[in-house]
Amino acid sequence: MAPTIAPVPKDLKKRFQTPRQEMPAQDPIARGKNFQEVTLGLEAEAAKLEAYRCIYCKEPECVQGCPVGIDIPGFLHEVEKGNFAEALGILKSTNLLPAICGRVCPQEEQCESLCKTGKSKGNRPVAIGRVERFLADWERAGGIAKPVEVAPPTGKKVAVVGSGPAGLACAADLAKLGHKVIVFEAFHKPGGVLVYGIPEFRLPKAIVAKEIANLEKMGVDIVCDFAVGLTATIEDLQKAFDAIFVATGAGLPYFMDLPGENLGGIYSANEYLTRVNLMGAFDPEHNDTPVVRGKNVVVVGGGNVAMDAARTALRLGAEKVRLVYRRSHDEMPAREEEIEHAEEEGIDFTLLTTPVRYLGDDKGRVVAVECRKMELGEPGPDGRRKPVEVAGSEHQFPADVVVVSIGNGPNPLVPRTTPGLETKKGKIVARDGSGRTSMKGVFAGGDIVLGAATVILAMGAGRQAAASIHEYLQTGTW
Amino acid sequence: SFELLEKRELAPKVNLYKVRAPQVARARKAGQFVIIRVCEGSERIPLTIADADPVAGTVTLVVQEVGSTTARMAQVKVGERFADLLGPLGAPTHVAKIGTVVCVGGGIGIAPVHPIAQALKAAGNRVIGVLAARNTGLLFFRDEMRKACDEVRVWTDDGSEGKKGLATDAIKEIQAEVGQIAEVVAIGPVPMMKFVSKLTKELGIKTQVSLNPVMVDGTGMCGGCRVSVDGKSKFVCVDGPEFDGHQVDFDELSRRQAIYKEDERRAMERLVKEVR
Ligand SMILES: Cc1cc2nc3c(=O)[nH]c(=O)nc-3n(C[C@H](O)[C@H](O)[C@H](O)COP(=O)(O)OP(=O)(O)OC[C@H]3O[C@@H](n4cnc5c(N)ncnc54)[C@H](O)[C@@H]3O)c2cc1C
Ligand SMILES: Cc1cc2nc3c(=O)[nH]c(=O)nc-3n(C[C@H](O)[C@H](O)[C@H](O)COP(=O)(O)OP(=O)(O)OC[C@H]3O[C@@H](n4cnc5c(N)ncnc54)[C@H](O)[C@@H]3O)c2cc1C
Ligand code: SF4
Ligand code: SF4
Ligand code: FES
Ligand SMILES: [Mg+2]
Repeated sequence: MAPTIAPVPKDLKKRFQTPRQEMPAQDPIARGKNFQEVTLGLEAEAAKLEAYRCIYCKEPECVQGCPVGIDIPGFLHEVEKGNFAEALGILKSTNLLPAICGRVCPQEEQCESLCKTGKSKGNRPVAIGRVERFLADWERAGGIAKPVEVAPPTGKKVAVVGSGPAGLACAADLAKLGHKVIVFEAFHKPGGVLVYGIPEFRLPKAIVAKEIANLEKMGVDIVCDFAVGLTATIEDLQKAFDAIFVATGAGLPYFMDLPGENLGGIYSANEYLTRVNLMGAFDPEHNDTPVVRGKNVVVVGGGNVAMDAARTALRLGAEKVRLVYRRSHDEMPAREEEIEHAEEEGIDFTLLTTPVRYLGDDKGRVVAVECRKMELGEPGPDGRRKPVEVAGSEHQFPADVVVVSIGNGPNPLVPRTTPGLETKKGKIVARDGSGRTSMKGVFAGGDIVLGAATVILAMGAGRQAAASIHEYLQTGTW
Repeated sequence: SFELLEKRELAPKVNLYKVRAPQVARARKAGQFVIIRVCEGSERIPLTIADADPVAGTVTLVVQEVGSTTARMAQVKVGERFADLLGPLGAPTHVAKIGTVVCVGGGIGIAPVHPIAQALKAAGNRVIGVLAARNTGLLFFRDEMRKACDEVRVWTDDGSEGKKGLATDAIKEIQAEVGQIAEVVAIGPVPMMKFVSKLTKELGIKTQVSLNPVMVDGTGMCGGCRVSVDGKSKFVCVDGPEFDGHQVDFDELSRRQAIYKEDERRAMERLVKEVR
């Protein structure tokens, strides 16, 4: 959507002097003991003030920074005037999941990184994500829920495989266009990483549940406990559906193949977070799934997943949580806000350090991690300086739980069971922009195509695929 | 779906469950399993598909009550539903015509070895079944196994039924009689699979075991089910559950199975309180 050009404001100075509205948050000590959401959201007045910090650039770079190109000045202009319903309309025409993206987008690298206000001297960018979240929360709190219009049935059926942000976004758009959509999910609950990975204290599950309920209201059927490739193959689905969208995510946990990595108490982040979030191990009064609650927890990695694991460990009662990362602070891929929150909560950042082996007791449980120090060497092909181990720098930390959070690969279930599907390094090959794969009628998008990426990119891919599926269903051309 | 259609006690604390799951019944092959969630709040537990009827759309599970979730399962009545059932999971058994095959089921392992015996026999092998348990009370599926195999032998630790001795004694006896065993399939408690594998390694008989580590998703996304096979980490739910017994690190598997002993005891205590 082309960005709205609002009149260039005459009160630039006043706008620039308005301070960035701080996000109210739970007290760091209190929140380290509960699983409730850490940030509390802006009040309406604060949201309006924040929107007022926008200077409505003629060529708004923020929009270039948003992977789905939201009309940011457009919705900020309406917020500034207090027209929340209008603002929401603009936002939702591009972003189907604003309550989620407003919370989890790495804004500082995307929309906000290019914001003109943020480039003016001594100033910080407009907190676009916070305003986005405000609008979505305002709607959920009863603002207005404009009913979604659904086109008359087309008689076409589409299978969506995987119920993460890519699958949900694709399903929503296709349902609006009148197609019958069935979403297949292997887990017993839909939502993908949004429910099994990202913790409650960062993304309340009620928000995801609401989005899913909305989908169901639009006529989308969600079939859980159905693993495509096992319960039925893509080929089987092709017989019953006119098109298929594969959005199975990046659910293959990487380990480092270190000695002792199979000791008890050593988890992949996927397992640790799934036990706690999806299976509810944080609340043993109501859930049977156990998780080892360590006193000394070591988390390996520096991304969002590592921050989530570390902060989860803290909330499960750990006395000391140490995050071990092989590069320095500046290279950590996690969202800035998560790093700050983790630091405030007392997570120990042990940087330029890498584990080399794990030591166990006679019962096969981990008791310590042996690490080596790292130095940053020459920049690698990606421009980041490559860490190199410092010989003879071995040292140990006590650990009764270790969470390996070094990344995930593409989920192999569908590629392995679909011989006709072209893949590259395990990822499904999909044509840029359309999601078309090497198999007629089969589309793919999200982490299974991009590798572990972001919610907004997955959602964008789902929407793009929906558009090309719609085109394919109408024209039949591949 | 997932309605419990039939339930039968096969032995003390061992029940047979016939559950409606048409898709799974159609797709499943020998050696595969399902993951069940009994009710809200309950764990996901893996259970082998002991039998299936693709026409009736049912799968049969044989489950030993060993802790809170299997005990919860035992409380489900015919006509009620399980919250979730996902499958068929795992790689199917590799079935080929190779000659004389010995299928050993130790205790509850008799249930998972049953469909494998069926498939091996259907492929034209001579299948000798061995049912082994501590005592006669723990044995079941005698008739089913007789139907699935060419011949069945029963061994108990205490001699209360069949011959007195261990699964390893049964294999030694068969080896002495038939000369060449092409393959042994052994499923049961870890120590049993460990000692069978040790013996067959000495005897030079190829051996398949089916591993039962603690699982969560069952689809390869958590890595909780990893075991060391030939020094490499494998995810049992997708790479297995069957592996070459001569390459499995059984001691590591036993230790990983025991990670949650304390929590499991507490979960059981809570269940007992709930029921009272
Ligand atoms: C702990 C964690 C924290 C993160 N934090 C952030 C963050 O702060 N900001 C951000 O932007 N991104 C974050 N990400 C990344 C983001 O969550 C992902 O990029 C996004 O969820 C990808 O969406 P998707 O729809 O492609 O796949 P997923 O969300 O992975 O969903 C895929 C779904 O498909 C299901 N599935 C897989 N195989 C099958 C099959 N064969 N049959 C049926 N169903 C199947 C899976 O069970 C899953 O539910 C985080 C990721 C993790 C793990
Ligand atoms: C592939 C596979 C197939 C299986 N097939 C059968 C079968 O056909 N019949 C049968 O009776 N049992 C089978 N099991 C074992 C069964 O899953 C466990 O007995 C059950 O999970 C125990 O749960 P519980 O809460 O009742 O007992 P708990 O008291 O919680 O645990 C008892 C023991 O069971 C094991 N266990 C616990 N939780 C899990 C879990 N989530 N996943 C796997 N093992 C666990 C542990 O070794 C534990 O020490 C199978 C296991 C696997 C991995
Ligand atoms: S979706 Fe994400 S990147 Fe786009 S405007 Fe919103 S917060 Fe920024
Ligand atoms: S770049 Fe910043 S100031 Fe300019 S339109 Fe975007 S949000 Fe407003
Ligand atoms: S049970 Fe999670 S990977 Fe096997
Ligand atoms: Mg249990």
